[in-house]
Amino acid sequence: MLSTIQTPRWLSHLPSRGHTKSCSLYTLASGQPVTTTSLPAADQSQIFSIRESLLSRHLTAAEVAQSYLSRLKQTEPQIKSFLHVSEPEKVLKQAQEIDKKISRNEEVGPLAGTLVAVKDNICTADMPSTGGSHILEGYRPPFDATAVKRLKDLGAIVVGKTNLDEFGMGSSTEASGFQVTSNPWDLSRVPGGSSGGSAAAVSARQCVVSLGSDTGGSVRQPASFCGVVGLKPTYGRVSRFGLMAYASSLDVIGCFGSSVADTGILLHAISGQDARDATSSKREVPDLISQFISPSSLKSRPLEGLKVGLIRETVDVGVDTGVKTAIQGAAAHLEELGCILREVSLPSFSLGLPAYYILASSESSSNLSRYDGVRYGNQASSDELNSLYEDSRAKGFGPEVKRRILMGTYALSAGYYDAYYKRAQQVRTIIRKSFKAALDENDILISPAAPSAAYRIGEKKNDPLAMYAGDIMTVNVNLAGLPALVLPCGFVEGGAAGLPVGLQMIGAAFDEEKLLKVGHIFEQTLQGYNFVPPIISDVL
Amino acid sequence: MASTMFRTIQIHPFLIRPAALFRRRNGVFYCTMKSTQTQTATQEKQQPPKVKVPQHSQSKTLDKIAKDYEAIIGIETHVQLSTLTKAFCSCPYNYGSQPNTSICPVCMGLPGALPILNSKVIEFAVKLGLALNCKLSLNSKFDRKQKFGITRVHMEEDAGKLLHSGNGDYSQAITSLTFNYNCPKSFRVDLNRAGVPLLEIVSEPDMRTGIEAAEYAAELQRVVRYLGVSNGNMQEGSLRCDVNVSIRPIGQLEFGTKVEIKNLNSFSSINRAIDFEISRQAVLHSQGQGDQIVQETRLWEEGAQKTVTMRKKEGLADYRYFPEPDLPEVILTQEYVDSIQSSLPELPEMKRRRYETMGLSMQDVLFLANDVNVADYFDATISSGADIKSSANWIMGDIAAYMKNEKVSINDIKLSAQELAELIASIKGGTISGKIGKEILFELLAKGGTVKGLIEEKDLVQITDPAEIEKMIDKVISENPKQLEQYRGGKTKLQGFFAGQVMKLSKGKANPGLLNKILMEKLNAKS
Repeated sequence: MLSTIQTPRWLSHLPSRGHTKSCSLYTLASGQPVTTTSLPAADQSQIFSIRESLLSRHLTAAEVAQSYLSRLKQTEPQIKSFLHVSEPEKVLKQAQEIDKKISRNEEVGPLAGTLVAVKDNICTADMPSTGGSHILEGYRPPFDATAVKRLKDLGAIVVGKTNLDEFGMGSSTEASGFQVTSNPWDLSRVPGGSSGGSAAAVSARQCVVSLGSDTGGSVRQPASFCGVVGLKPTYGRVSRFGLMAYASSLDVIGCFGSSVADTGILLHAISGQDARDATSSKREVPDLISQFISPSSLKSRPLEGLKVGLIRETVDVGVDTGVKTAIQGAAAHLEELGCILREVSLPSFSLGLPAYYILASSESSSNLSRYDGVRYGNQASSDELNSLYEDSRAKGFGPEVKRRILMGTYALSAGYYDAYYKRAQQVRTIIRKSFKAALDENDILISPAAPSAAYRIGEKKNDPLAMYAGDIMTVNVNLAGLPALVLPCGFVEGGAAGLPVGLQMIGAAFDEEKLLKVGHIFEQTLQGYNFVPPIISDVL
Repeated sequence: MASTMFRTIQIHPFLIRPAALFRRRNGVFYCTMKSTQTQTATQEKQQPPKVKVPQHSQSKTLDKIAKDYEAIIGIETHVQLSTLTKAFCSCPYNYGSQPNTSICPVCMGLPGALPILNSKVIEFAVKLGLALNCKLSLNSKFDRKQKFGITRVHMEEDAGKLLHSGNGDYSQAITSLTFNYNCPKSFRVDLNRAGVPLLEIVSEPDMRTGIEAAEYAAELQRVVRYLGVSNGNMQEGSLRCDVNVSIRPIGQLEFGTKVEIKNLNSFSSINRAIDFEISRQAVLHSQGQGDQIVQETRLWEEGAQKTVTMRKKEGLADYRYFPEPDLPEVILTQEYVDSIQSSLPELPEMKRRRYETMGLSMQDVLFLANDVNVADYFDATISSGADIKSSANWIMGDIAAYMKNEKVSINDIKLSAQELAELIASIKGGTISGKIGKEILFELLAKGGTVKGLIEEKDLVQITDPAEIEKMIDKVISENPKQLEQYRGGKTKLQGFFAGQVMKLSKGKANPGLLNKILMEKLNAKS
């Protein structure tokens, strides 16, 4: 039972985010090698809290792992974030290896002991990777995705594979081929999607951080629904090698954390060029970590002069009043921090949704043709080759995937290409230019992450258009290839403790650094909110 | 299912590969390539292109009918590039290796794998493009093509047209699939060839006869071998030609319905298949059944020597191209293209012109320039100072005969070009006789060594001292009084007998000119 779990001391930091109490930068104890020179305060970052506890010998990695595993075991039956959970013995064994190293005073990676959950459309060599699809049921890739490999190399422990809408196609995780995940804030509601499992897992503290993927908002919208921080990096910042392709020109691997600092540390770990992804950027990855300074060392108006553009079209009709109020509150908070706030109009904004659905479906119709049941995955039994393909696909794919394959095939077909695909590409160019212009005038743009807070399971499942419309806030950012950070900024009514609302901050290409800095200050100075869901705050 | 794209299986026994296209301004070459070469492949013997003119099996009436029509022939060639590794991953490709021994997540099309372009593919494509006088565009984008059974990626120029550069398939190209319909669980797919780079070359419909088409293909084979971009072996499928044939009444401007012919494994089958197809279509036309010529793909059956329907076209295939999102644009600099241009070897046509101006006969020129290795050997021989005509004669005569008998290529013989030059010089300079030269040639071809060493070792230096030769002649004459009497009695043919005996006595080393001169003096010195 939950109450029997002994809460380690450091976990008491968990719910305390958002307080302005002063906390100086930690100097890590006992002469252990420290790779980063300037570290965030431990109570702003679970990753650093864990590192500090390990290096100061206050806790062992095994104890840390055990506390997460216990919570995971307690909460998972209700939330169902995971499609696959590592065997506890394996996780503990990896943690014990870290403890041994520490006891021998050997260097451990900056993510040593950090439990990471990985969206199931990201390949892991030692665990199943299904993409949430029956067609890949039981499939184990022979390699780790580059992002996963980089995390493991830095000492992170993969705790499991999280649920998602099949191949990332959906906005509520209800389109998973296997199970429906619940929102930790209200179990009758969706966690958002498609990275709903990764968002719910961080929200319920079943893991420290998690990886998701974002093709049209799949990291940001669930982050908003679950009250966690979600980061969609610039296209090309993180290698896509090992990410099962949905729409290759839009797909990015993104990060979830319970704080901006954790999210930034995770991004820093997985960023950078990869010889195995020709579209990964050569740009150097800047130091994303040292800016997570303690709020006590902030000036009274730390963001003085920062130009923030609120996208007018995103607080217009069709957006819930509660969401608008929360965003206006967030905007007011940014002004208090010294920002110069103004409204920005992006007239092409509403074109993003149809353009996105045409381009993403078109690419997916091609990318998903590899699933034929022959080389891997589930194979239907058949006496004849063509029917083997057909049956494998008919049985393997769910209705949403089939819908998008059909739409995409149609849009690419001779006679329709110009009317659909080509026009959508033209719209994409217009959107990219309009964002560029707006970001030339402003440091960041802000908007809600979704037009509403989490809705009820089943509410939109049979209304694809309503479901698609929920992506209006996020798809433009993918079309423009820009980075965006979503962090909780308030609540609307619903559930036992209210439902969180996420603020989306959009930055210029490859300027994640600025988003993280602004996001961190916003988060550390926002008062009066507690973004720990009731399901676990009882325990903590 | 809209989507069998990225699949690796192909049901038909032929393969269409990714292709890099080069299109010449007025249309001549639309090229296709497929490549097989790798370390082992490069060592394979390459049969030089040979176009045999088949005996005409058509009856005279057929000829007569065919005379009223003009054939229009275009060829699409796939050339498999001899890059060490595949187009989009680092797997090597070796022809004939065990199934699925040269595969990785990328060429298997595993979920999450991404293609990385092999820069050699671009280099080879540019080489061939320049060699064929194609106009290159410096910026190329990849497009993705969807096809049931296989997917390939095409890299084509954008609307502008004139260029074309390589394209390859990655997760998708498949090659050989064996599918057992009775036992579906046991079918096998060999993915070794998935991702092997092919270049496609498409000609304008400029050819009129089978022999012209076969010659075009042979020249293409020479070019790819001269450039070293492919081994060009048709038997391995490294060079594949699909031909399109249509006919029209002479004088008509519009084209007739074209028929595609596949499964052409040799130049002579190209020739014969086209001639057969022309006759077939001409007969149908002349019988008023021209409407029975439909757009279709036909197979050439080598055994029956005829073409048969393989599949009818059901309208235009819709490949649903769209820009490839996983591969960035390929941008070539002018300096890069210039550096490749300046490194191009002498091409077959240039080589033939040069040989011609050297005074060689057309027959010599064609023979020597046909195989790049033979041409290189010849060039090396003459650049070592050997006489041009003699070099040609030795290579085309005894050396070619030796290679044919031993079934080896010129790269396998032990005689270096420098030693061949030495041999020719030794004969010309009179150190050894031509006869001795021929004798030691075979030893040199099989075992190597130097001409000088062999001459010394075997004491083969020609005897050019008249006194020594005279001595031997005296000996022979004195030993054969009977023959001498007959000779002097008018049977002058016996001169050969005496010459032979003397040569035998000298162990073949006597200078033949001196020998004959002195012998005649002695024989005729009646008195």
